[in-house]
Amino acid sequence: MSTLRKLFGFHGGVKPDPNKDLSTREPIGQLALPDHFVVPLHQSVGGTPRPLVAVGARVLKGQRIGAADGNVSAAVHAPTSGRVVAVEPRVMAHPSGLAGTAVVIEPDGLDTPCERDPFLWRSVEPAEVRDYLRDAGVVGLGGAVFPSHLKLRAARDHPMQTLVINGAECEPFITCDDMLMREHAAGIVRGAAIMGELMQPREILIGIEDNKPQAAAAMRAAVQAAAVRGMEVVVVPTRYPAGGAKQLIRVLTGVEIPHGTRSTDYGLQCFNTGTAYAIWQALEQGMPLISRVVTVAGNVARPRNFEVRIGTPMGTVYAAAEPLADTQRYIMGGPMMGFKLPTLAAPVQKATNCLLAGTASMFPPPAPEMPCIRCGQCAEVCPADLQPFELYWFARAHNYGKAQEYFLFDCIECGCCSYVCPSRIPLVDYYRYAKSEIWARERDKTAADGARLRYEARLARAERDKLEKAAKLAAKTAAGRQKAEQALSGGATPDAAAAEDPKKALIEAAMAKARAQREAVQPKNTDGLTVAQQAEIAKAEQRRELARQMAENKEAPPE
Amino acid sequence: MLTALIVMAVLALVLGATLGFASVKFKVEGDPLVDKIDAILPQTQCGQCGFPGCKPYATAIAKGEAEINQCPPGGDEGIRKLADLLGREYKPLNSEHGVEKPKSVALIDENVCIGCTLCLQACPVDAIIGAAKQMHTVVVPLCTGCELCVAPCPVDCISMEVVPENVETWKWKYPVFRLQPTDSRKAA
Repeated sequence: MSTLRKLFGFHGGVKPDPNKDLSTREPIGQLALPDHFVVPLHQSVGGTPRPLVAVGARVLKGQRIGAADGNVSAAVHAPTSGRVVAVEPRVMAHPSGLAGTAVVIEPDGLDTPCERDPFLWRSVEPAEVRDYLRDAGVVGLGGAVFPSHLKLRAARDHPMQTLVINGAECEPFITCDDMLMREHAAGIVRGAAIMGELMQPREILIGIEDNKPQAAAAMRAAVQAAAVRGMEVVVVPTRYPAGGAKQLIRVLTGVEIPHGTRSTDYGLQCFNTGTAYAIWQALEQGMPLISRVVTVAGNVARPRNFEVRIGTPMGTVYAAAEPLADTQRYIMGGPMMGFKLPTLAAPVQKATNCLLAGTASMFPPPAPEMPCIRCGQCAEVCPADLQPFELYWFARAHNYGKAQEYFLFDCIECGCCSYVCPSRIPLVDYYRYAKSEIWARERDKTAADGARLRYEARLARAERDKLEKAAKLAAKTAAGRQKAEQALSGGATPDAAAAEDPKKALIEAAMAKARAQREAVQPKNTDGLTVAQQAEIAKAEQRRELARQMAENKEAPPE
Repeated sequence: MLTALIVMAVLALVLGATLGFASVKFKVEGDPLVDKIDAILPQTQCGQCGFPGCKPYATAIAKGEAEINQCPPGGDEGIRKLADLLGREYKPLNSEHGVEKPKSVALIDENVCIGCTLCLQACPVDAIIGAAKQMHTVVVPLCTGCELCVAPCPVDCISMEVVPENVETWKWKYPVFRLQPTDSRKAA
C-alpha cells in the first residue's frame, strides 16, 4: 500500500464542475418492476444477437433471449420472469432515434430466476471462461459497451504487466461507479481478481479520482480483506477525462499507447469497475448481466443512483427521481459526452450510465456557432494530443482523407475541445459526422470489392463452363468416330461409299443399329390369347388392310 | 572531336540498354489507370452506362471513349471522384443513363416465384440462390441493387425495396445551426 507511487500526467483535459455530491447522498435504490420491459437485442459493439424466444413464450429471470452473433457480440438476457408479448422494432436509446429489434416482456411479478449450474471457472480453460462471459452478456459498462470476453486475453508475445481497473469516473454528474464501489467493493475486487487469474498481470491497479474518498476507502478495505497479490488502489488527480482508458493507463503507468496499437501490445489492459462487478456476478453468482447502476441527476428533486434492470423504460427511471416541472431536455450520458434522448419510451441499455434532466439554463441548447479564430485552445486541452482545429476544418470541408491523416480516429469524443471553444463550435459533432461518413464509405467499398470478386468469379465460371462443354462435345465426336471406324473394320455391311467417308459410315452404323433394335422389339401381348381375342385381332387387321387399300386407290389416279 | 563522339555513342548505347532492360524488367501488367477507375465505380455491373459491366466502362473512360458522368449508381460523388482522379471537368450525371436512386435491394415474392432460374442467370454478382422449379431468394447483403433481375422475371415477382436506415448504418448529420425565426415586430 504505497502512497509514494509515481503518477504521470496526460496532455490537456479540463476541470468542469463535478456536480457529484447530490446524487451520492442516498444509497443505490431499487426500482419496482415496470409494467413492461423492452430489451433491445443490439446493445454492444459488434453483431446483433439473434432472438431466441418467440411471442407468447414464458421466460425466466436471467434466461438468454438473444444469442451472440459471432464472437464479436454478447448475449442478451431476460431481466425478470414473465411472458414475451412482442419481438419487434422499438425505439432505442440512440441519437438517431431509430428503432431496433427488441424483445418486449410483460413481467409476471414473481421474478423467478433461471436455474443455472454453477460454473467452475477455475477448472476450465480461459477460452471457455471467455465463451461463458460472452453468453452471460458481459460488456464494458464504462460506456463503450465493448464485449469484455474479447479484452480478457493477453497478447501472445507480450505478457501482461498491469491490469487497470477504472474507477476514475471523470465526467460531471455521473456517480454510478462511485456508488457501486462504496456499496459493492468486495464484488468488484473479486471480479478484478478473476480477471487477474485469466490474464496473469504483474499488478492490478484500481484508479480512483481523488474526489471520491469514500469509494477509495471502501475499495482499500476490500483489497486488504481479499488480500490479492499485486492489487492496489491508486488515487489519481481529478481532471476530465482521466477516466478514458488510454488516459488512465497513462496516468498510472506512464505508457502512452501509440496510434494503431492495442494496449495489450504493451502488456496493459483496462476495465471499468462495473465490468469487474458484472464478471464476478456472472462467474460466481451465476447471474448474467441483467441490471446496472444508473445515475439520475440534473433537474430532478431526488438525484440518486438506482439499480436498474436492462430494458426498463427511461420514463420509469426518471419518474423515480421526480424530475422538476420545468424540465425540457432529457440526456443519456454525462453533460460532456451524452446525447439527447429521442423519447422517454426508450429503454435503459447496458451503455446507460447516467440519465440527466435539464432545463434551458442547466444544459442550454448549443449556442450559435461562430467562425474559428485559430486560438488553439482546443489543441491545448485535447487529451489525445490531436489538432482539433485542423480536424474541424477538414471535417467541415468533407475532406475525410486529410482528416484521417490527422488521426481523426484517435479522437475519443470527450468534448474538451467543444467545452473550451470560444467560438462555441460543436467540434465533436463535426468529428462524429466525419467518422460516420468514413465508416459508410468503408462499408460501401467492402461491398463493392465483394461484388467485383463475385462478378469476376462468375465470368470465369461462364468461361470455364463454355470450355468444358466444347471439350465434352469434342470428346463425344471423337468417340463416335472411333466406334464407326471399329464397326467398319469389323466388317458389318461395308459400303463402298461409306468406306471413303467415316461420317457416312457413322450414320450407316447408327441406322443399322436402330433397325436391329426395332426388329428386336416384338409385341409382347400377343402370346396366349383366347380364340375370341384372336378373331378380334384378325378383324382389326382386316380393317387396317381395307383402309390401306382405300388410301392406295385414292392416291392412284382413278382408272 | 573523335573522343567526344565515341563518348557520346557509348553513353547512348549504355543508357539505351539500361532503358530497354528496365522496360522489360519493370513492365506493368495491365493498365493501372483502369484499375484505379474501376475502384471508384460501384461494381453494380448494371450496364446503365452502356457498357457490359464496370470494368469495360472503366477501360472506356481510361481510353477517353466515354464520359465520366454515365454511372447513376455511383452518383454525384462518384463523378467528382472520377473528375479528381482524371483531372477532367466535373459534369452533372447524364440523365440518359438514369437517375441516382437510394440504395435498394431486390426482393423476390416467394409465393409467386415459379423457379424458372431466369433471374439467377441475370444476376451479375451471384446474389440470388435457387434451382430449377425451386423457390429462389435474394441474399440481401450481396445484392447491389442493379435491377437486372427485374425484367427477365416472367411472373413479375421481383420488386426493388429501398434499404431502410438502421442504427448501425445511421450517420451523424452535418452540424447545422438552425436559425430561429424571431418576431421582428416585437423587437421593433
